Amino acid sequence: MQQNLFRLIDSRKARDLLFRIEEFATESQLVEDLLGTTSIAAPHIFREGRMVPAQGRIGQWRPWLRLVFVLLAASISFHAQERPYFVTYSHEMEEPGNLEIEMFSAIGKPPGGNRFLGSTTEFEYGATAWWTTEFYLDGQTTWHDSTIFAGYRWENRFRPLLREHRINPVIYIEFENTSADKALREVVGHDGRDDFLDTNADARADKQREIELKLILGSNFRGWNLSENFIAEKSLKNEPWEFGYALAASRPLKLAASSHKCAFCAEKFMAGVEMYGGLGDWHSFGTRLTSHYLGPTVNWSAPNGITLSFSPQFGLNDYSIPRLYRFGIQYEIEQVVNRFRRGE
Amino acid sequence: MKRKRAFLLLLMVLTLVALGFGVADGSWLRHVPEKDHERKNPYAGQADAVAAGRLVYEDHCAKCHGENAEGTKKRPSLRSARVQQEATEGDLHWLLVNGNMGRGMPSWSKLGDPQIWQVISYVRSLTQ
Repeated sequence: MQQNLFRLIDSRKARDLLFRIEEFATESQLVEDLLGTTSIAAPHIFREGRMVPAQGRIGQWRPWLRLVFVLLAASISFHAQERPYFVTYSHEMEEPGNLEIEMFSAIGKPPGGNRFLGSTTEFEYGATAWWTTEFYLDGQTTWHDSTIFAGYRWENRFRPLLREHRINPVIYIEFENTSADKALREVVGHDGRDDFLDTNADARADKQREIELKLILGSNFRGWNLSENFIAEKSLKNEPWEFGYALAASRPLKLAASSHKCAFCAEKFMAGVEMYGGLGDWHSFGTRLTSHYLGPTVNWSAPNGITLSFSPQFGLNDYSIPRLYRFGIQYEIEQVVNRFRRGE
Repeated sequence: MKRKRAFLLLLMVLTLVALGFGVADGSWLRHVPEKDHERKNPYAGQADAVAAGRLVYEDHCAKCHGENAEGTKKRPSLRSARVQQEATEGDLHWLLVNGNMGRGMPSWSKLGDPQIWQVISYVRSLTQ
């Protein structure tokens, strides 16, 4: 009886959330009418030889949005305590059996180019306590250009040492098949702002099938997490290895938990700093003609199991995009496989 | 053809690694170092810590170990004699920090020491 009541409440939550999204989709048109300009929510796409507003497409996705949100709300369960990093990986793995759905986006504008919004949707599954596997779908919107699907990635992380040490290594292996990707989930080689100047049509012609390896080192000490990533990426075409790095540190604002339920307690917030960049390639290792970014980062573990993250990041040299605004939303479904088993 | 071979090789390596880890580990209690075994819970006897520990438990542990720590099909009860009597609070702290990854128990070092001790206070309060 009680379980049925909870299910009913969850489905009501799902309906409320859905109606709000639909209202937002309609309102984004109003914003555009009022401002007389293209809003963030209303990029254009190239269709049948001309540019048309993209927001009309939301209607086509409404049934899918409905399905996704009903599924999420129906399986309401919690509680990611995630690091507020966008590029850097910590040594902390996904808990076994849990599925985390994450959406990370980056907004930026290269000098002389169009503003872009690059996004990844990630499905991270804890296969075991020492093995996490993750599938990504990438997409991007470039203002005055188009919205495109940018490819997919599949990554696996393995933790070779089964106990906690001062420094904990994790081996990361990823295959990616992308083109015109602007999510900036890593920076390697001589990646720089010029890569963002091509039109989507031109950039899509350059398919990138790559293997990426990372050595992730992480430490937890007195509430602090320090993470260092060393990246090596190899195109499956005849191109040299490219290298990069990412560093980050973070800490919850309060370490002990409160004895009552609260949404805005200090321990629900985590703050830190993140820095990453390229280190050239096999023939020209170093920081010459490479881009680097640095910025503060913060996240909030909301009471309904959602974690929201935000980070303004700043290019550290002329080869970088001057400013990036990153935001993310994460939702964890605990013991996802058990949900499909009878009697659980 | 070369790409296919490379993919098969990678798959074999991953499988071997998985098998290697799969057979690892034994009884975790035997591995606890002496200094960890003797550690004391700084929150011992504090009712607030039990209440806070219960909330942390509900967020992170209940899905596997049960709402009331009674255990589930594949995960052990935390009301057992091993957890409540055989293990010291220091042992439990060591387990939560290190996990028992070969057996599916992840490391919870990300929670930080205060929350780990709060969870232990709650778990130990279950049979008092």
